[in-house]
Amino acid sequence: MGFLKNYIKTVYEAVSSLLKGMKRTGYYFTHHKEIITQSYPDNKDTMILPERFRGEVVMPHTDSNEHRCTGCTACELACPNGTIKIITKFEMTPEGKKKKALDTFVYHLELCTMCNLCIEACPTNAIKMAQNFEHSVYDRSQLTKTLNKEGSKLMEGVE
Amino acid sequence: MFSLEKISIGVQTALNNSLPAFWALMAQFAIVGVLVISLFAVLGLVLVFMERKVSAYMQIRLGPNRVGYKGTAQTLADTLKLLVKEGLIPDGADKFLFRLAPYVVMISAMLLMAPIPFSRNFQIWDINIGVLYISAISSMAVIGILMAGWSSNNKYSLLGAMRSGAQIVSYELSAGLSVLSIVILSGSLQLSEIIQSQENGWWLFKGHIPAVIAFVIFIIAVTAETNRAPFDLAEAESELTAGFHTEYSGMRFALFFLAEYANIFIVCAIGATLFLGGWMPFHVGSWSAFNQIMDYIPGSIWFFGKTFLLIFVIMWFRWTFPRLRIDQLLNLEWKYLLPIGLINLLLITVMAILGWHF
Repeated sequence: MGFLKNYIKTVYEAVSSLLKGMKRTGYYFTHHKEIITQSYPDNKDTMILPERFRGEVVMPHTDSNEHRCTGCTACELACPNGTIKIITKFEMTPEGKKKKALDTFVYHLELCTMCNLCIEACPTNAIKMAQNFEHSVYDRSQLTKTLNKEGSKLMEGVE
Repeated sequence: MFSLEKISIGVQTALNNSLPAFWALMAQFAIVGVLVISLFAVLGLVLVFMERKVSAYMQIRLGPNRVGYKGTAQTLADTLKLLVKEGLIPDGADKFLFRLAPYVVMISAMLLMAPIPFSRNFQIWDINIGVLYISAISSMAVIGILMAGWSSNNKYSLLGAMRSGAQIVSYELSAGLSVLSIVILSGSLQLSEIIQSQENGWWLFKGHIPAVIAFVIFIIAVTAETNRAPFDLAEAESELTAGFHTEYSGMRFALFFLAEYANIFIVCAIGATLFLGGWMPFHVGSWSAFNQIMDYIPGSIWFFGKTFLLIFVIMWFRWTFPRLRIDQLLNLEWKYLLPIGLINLLLITVMAILGWHF
């Protein structure tokens, strides 16, 4: 009898677990509000991207054209495929000392894998990931970008 | 009221009046042939679109929504693509069998159309062994599949075809047993009589729990017989690329694809006929007023409604369950479905002899 009991139990468990799965898919079939697909080119204006979506690396600037990058090259060292190239210069402080500062932040978008390691490596939160993902251009050279703006300088108090 | 029966009788008398008897018969053959082929074409378009939409909604996607109104012309565009595509034949293939195989599959699907009653007295061929005919012809498709797998000269194709053979041969038994239980209950092999016996209620309800068990076994077995997921070992994409139709392209591939959907329609139509009363409206025993209201809906609408309901259930299976392994597949058949089916058949026989059903 033990065999028969086991047999019926197996059949019962199999049927109930299959029905559980069908209940889930049936729920999705009848509840269209759960659909996560976005009809992209049509909803360009109203599109909502997830908060942590990684589109490209940008360097935020304040209104007075100041950024937070000290030119420490931590991001350049963290980058696994040479996407970032930092060119530094020496500036004279008011006390007359020489100090390393950022000259050009070169960012090769065509090499970037959006791994986020540079943002994690940055000690001063100078760079972040933007949500823009429409990167296609006709010329490859346009993908090599300079992130710091013309004439920008280091924000006061950022070491 | 709209009735397919009146149209068919009208066409028949018009032909008999205007043509000699032989040519009238020939004209009827031609009309039936055109109707079957066009039904297949329409079914292919509708079912592929339905499958894509159902799968999309079950996977929280949108599905085709660009071509035509809400994507309804998508399958038409795909068909056009398949029509203009080159039909390639591999060098090492057995060319004759390779060309023949899709037609064997297609013709066996078309032959199954003959005894299916679409509405009252609207049936191509009302033979008195309809159920036997169906179970005999439905096992013929495997010849075409084996032919395709063998002639492709490709190990994946051959493996897929062999699996398909093992699968169809074993699941034919369960499907046969559950069909047999309805034959016992209604006491006839003729499909029109089986439907007539359900005038006071469908067998699914009249036959108590054994009929429900037979219905469930039937649905599982025909899902396996049509090679659809979760039993799609014959064309397991992740293991065998596309199984027996790996080497097919263009219109020959489209024929396999169409035959798959035509087979789904046919097995669901048979399931609807045997268990859900075919074109018979929903009747409850002696409630004559209720029955009369139900009779206002034409039989063809009842038939297609029930069939599409079953098709939806089979699609539901496909997009919910993962694929079985070959040993699990044979376990399910030989250890579970077949013994349960046999005991169930015994119960139904006892029930039919003692007259315990309604």
